[in-house]
Amino acid sequence: MAIIAAFIVVILLAVALIPWMNVLWKGVITVAAVCVLALLSSIIAAGALSGNHFEQLFRGSAITGPIPVRVDALSGFFMLIINFTFITGAFYGLQYMKAYRKQSTDISLHGISFILAQASLLAICVLQNSIAFLIAWEIMALSSFILIIFEHGKRETIKAGINFLIQSHICIMLLTLAFIWVAMKKDSYDFRAITLFTASGSLLTGVALFLCFFMGFAIKAGFVPFHTWLPYAHPAAPAHISGIMSGVIIKIGIYGILRMLLLIRCDYLLVGYIILFVAVITGIYGVMLAIVQHNLKRLLAYHSIENIGIIGIGIGLGCIGIGKENNVLTFLGFAGALLHTLNHSLFKSLLFYGAGNVYQSAHTMDIEKLGGLGKRMPHSSVLFLVASLAICGLPPFNGFVSEFLIYKGVFSGLQGSDKLLLSGIVGALFGLPLIGGLAMLCFTKAYGTVFLGRARHAPDQLPREAGAGKLIPMYAVLLLIIGIGLFPQIFITALDRPLALFTGINSTAGLLPEAGSAGNTISQVGTWALLFLLLAGLVFWIRKKITALKPVTPGNTWGCGYTGPVEKMQYTASSFIRSYRKLAEPLLLIHKKKKEIKEVFPGDGGQETHPYDKAEAWLIDYPLQRLKGFFNRFTFLQNGNLQFYILYGVVFITLVLIVPLVADYLLSLVKFLNKL
Amino acid sequence: MISFILIILTSLFFSGIIIRTKSRTSGRKGPGLFQPVKDIIRLFKKGAVYSKTTSFIFQAAPSIYYASILMAIMVIPLGEYRGIISFEGDFVFFAYLLGVGKFFMILAALDTGSSFEGMGASREALFSMFAEPAFFILMGSFALLTGHTSFQEIFASLHFGSYISYILGVLATLVLAMIAMVENSRMPFDDPKTHLELTMVHEVMILDNSGFDLGLILHATNLKFGMYGALIANLFMGSFPLYLTIPIFLGIQLLFAVSIGLLESFTARFRMNHNAQYILALSSVSLLIFLGVLLMLGQFS
Repeated sequence: MAIIAAFIVVILLAVALIPWMNVLWKGVITVAAVCVLALLSSIIAAGALSGNHFEQLFRGSAITGPIPVRVDALSGFFMLIINFTFITGAFYGLQYMKAYRKQSTDISLHGISFILAQASLLAICVLQNSIAFLIAWEIMALSSFILIIFEHGKRETIKAGINFLIQSHICIMLLTLAFIWVAMKKDSYDFRAITLFTASGSLLTGVALFLCFFMGFAIKAGFVPFHTWLPYAHPAAPAHISGIMSGVIIKIGIYGILRMLLLIRCDYLLVGYIILFVAVITGIYGVMLAIVQHNLKRLLAYHSIENIGIIGIGIGLGCIGIGKENNVLTFLGFAGALLHTLNHSLFKSLLFYGAGNVYQSAHTMDIEKLGGLGKRMPHSSVLFLVASLAICGLPPFNGFVSEFLIYKGVFSGLQGSDKLLLSGIVGALFGLPLIGGLAMLCFTKAYGTVFLGRARHAPDQLPREAGAGKLIPMYAVLLLIIGIGLFPQIFITALDRPLALFTGINSTAGLLPEAGSAGNTISQVGTWALLFLLLAGLVFWIRKKITALKPVTPGNTWGCGYTGPVEKMQYTASSFIRSYRKLAEPLLLIHKKKKEIKEVFPGDGGQETHPYDKAEAWLIDYPLQRLKGFFNRFTFLQNGNLQFYILYGVVFITLVLIVPLVADYLLSLVKFLNKL
Repeated sequence: MISFILIILTSLFFSGIIIRTKSRTSGRKGPGLFQPVKDIIRLFKKGAVYSKTTSFIFQAAPSIYYASILMAIMVIPLGEYRGIISFEGDFVFFAYLLGVGKFFMILAALDTGSSFEGMGASREALFSMFAEPAFFILMGSFALLTGHTSFQEIFASLHFGSYISYILGVLATLVLAMIAMVENSRMPFDDPKTHLELTMVHEVMILDNSGFDLGLILHATNLKFGMYGALIANLFMGSFPLYLTIPIFLGIQLLFAVSIGLLESFTARFRMNHNAQYILALSSVSLLIFLGVLLMLGQFS
């Protein structure tokens, strides 16, 4: 109780103080408030993860009914992720926003929204009353909207922001629908009513209810085809906000799905297949589009979609495990999904912070114009490299651990299963390595063109390394990435309680023996990953010892006899992925502009590609266009004459008054006739 | 441990056999069996030229690549004898380790800022990416067939009995051999002896490497051959005792090397822009194996 009260007081105090301070103090107060909020909530969250289920009932109002605050292990796990990412984001943002210190009022609003976003995310994890939940959800949507449109002077930013706002509200609409359905049947807003409702109804009702929730949460999480807001919002937002959005805000969608899985009693097998199918498509589609992007932050945004796909594969497998009463599969699937949620929040925020450093020193996000930043920004370069390796799921970093768990899940799902399940599993087995391979293509492209080689266009001023203030939070994230990669068993053990919630759906055995065996294998992965690091170091050391005695000559890059290599001769990002693009073209939508070089004295030649999203073109643009076309037929009503508008008003009021009267009269007439 | 030593041994003469076969089929005497190894040792003794464009990545990449392959070799078993590293799902670790090496080699190629090396890197990244699903579906089929998920357990409990299983064995050998060709950039996907940068895949990636680094890369290629040869050999070992498995191992490696030599002597390289399709077709062969396994398990009855 005291903690929750303190929590609210801190929010109110910070929000009240920020507008009156000067710019520096605004930042400091925001960071301080974020840290205090994180500390307060982490106490409860850590308690929940170690087994102390926290529950408190607030009286609420006549409308909402009692509001239960329940923190179980699942909430605790997500709260810790949220807090960590928000703390690093706040510290990074403090430095990042220095470039905008003249926009004092904007910064106040930004700081306030930042605190509110954190508070609302934490509230979403703990509130278990539908109305309170939706209110928190709405605060989250609005505050992240304000966070996104920080650079509101730009047209694209506002456009991206509005896109986000609309899609968030479609998400809220779907959630509201689902909650109303439950409330109508059970007359309670408590989440427990969902369990009661679905347990009493048929299995199919459960599936329908779940799908309603799933679609709502999928918009937030970015499952294909509900992902279209994501690639706009991420590049538009400042770097720390992109990091937080990708790291935790979209993960709240995952939290929602997991929470509903725990609450809704339904045909888990069917749900599992649906999630698995959507997730494999999401993963492949996300990374396929990521490769062809030219904007670094947009590329990263599409990668978030891909990673949501991987998390989804884990969840899907877990659900199938529940349906098949295969506890090993349940354990591995959900363990992979949860751990990947944590991992993705780490490396993706690190990547976005890295992209922020690039943006603030080179002033562009266009990959084709960047190059050779590695020499000028060694720290950012190394951090970005490690995060790239991690996101490709390569050992010895954390991405491998979670993908390994999912792979293990896939293989354990193979045993003793029927044809339908096997075809799902083969889909996952085809999808996962393909996603991994494509991610590798994508990140070699991104890292290789941005940080390696030479600058592809002359900047106005030479890029400089970011200051220590930005690098320290990034190194903090790096530490965790390596920590999970090398000592994964610690984190798997920490996942025991959230996982027990899922395995507990079938059996009440508490902690599982599977956990032990999986932990054992995982600890081996960590050990061998460490050995790999040592071995690579050893080979490098031997190489250094031997080559130290030999002459080393600096020279030019081999140019087939051409000795004056210029920047323009470098392979560009577009050419690097050209053969891929040629193959994938039928599946993607790429607008091309090409000017061939012709004749003896050729003029300028060139080629431009503008990748677009086929799902967006079909599912968003086309229906909108048709809708617009339909409504355009009524434009004659909007003719600009004030007299007409007054007439419309009068007509409307008259209709409102007359229609009931006429209806009444008609009704009585009908009755009269009936009597006759 | 024993497989590790055997693969290292194989790597010493593998390229030699390929070269000798190729020279014999074209009517030449050819260099000695250990000439490739001598070349590598000579490279180890040399100094190096580094492009001024390159950074630390370029110098570190060959070592990481070499280490990743050494590490991957440790995973390979020999019949009943485990590799140094063996746990459930170790072949995932194996595939991803190779991925790390490849990642760094691609970065090193991009680090030179060259107009050619990016091309090779792009092709290598694309081709090896398409080969990956084939490997995983193949291992998934074996996991389904045997009920185990580590290299050693799978290979130890793999028995050939019925007609289908023989076909599966042949197909699996084909898939593994083709993956080996893709990963090593050999015919029919890439011609290591081509002299035009535009038509190279792997060779053009390492144009700027010299001295010790080049030696590491070349030896790594030989190691990779030995590694895939060992995987193929493992398909046929089952749980024989050691005095049988070692000759089987060496025999299959020899056969593998000779057939690569013959293949390279008598076939032309695939068209570069069709390579990706050919490689993706490997996944469908793997799927065929998967269906075969289902047939064996009686899923269709």
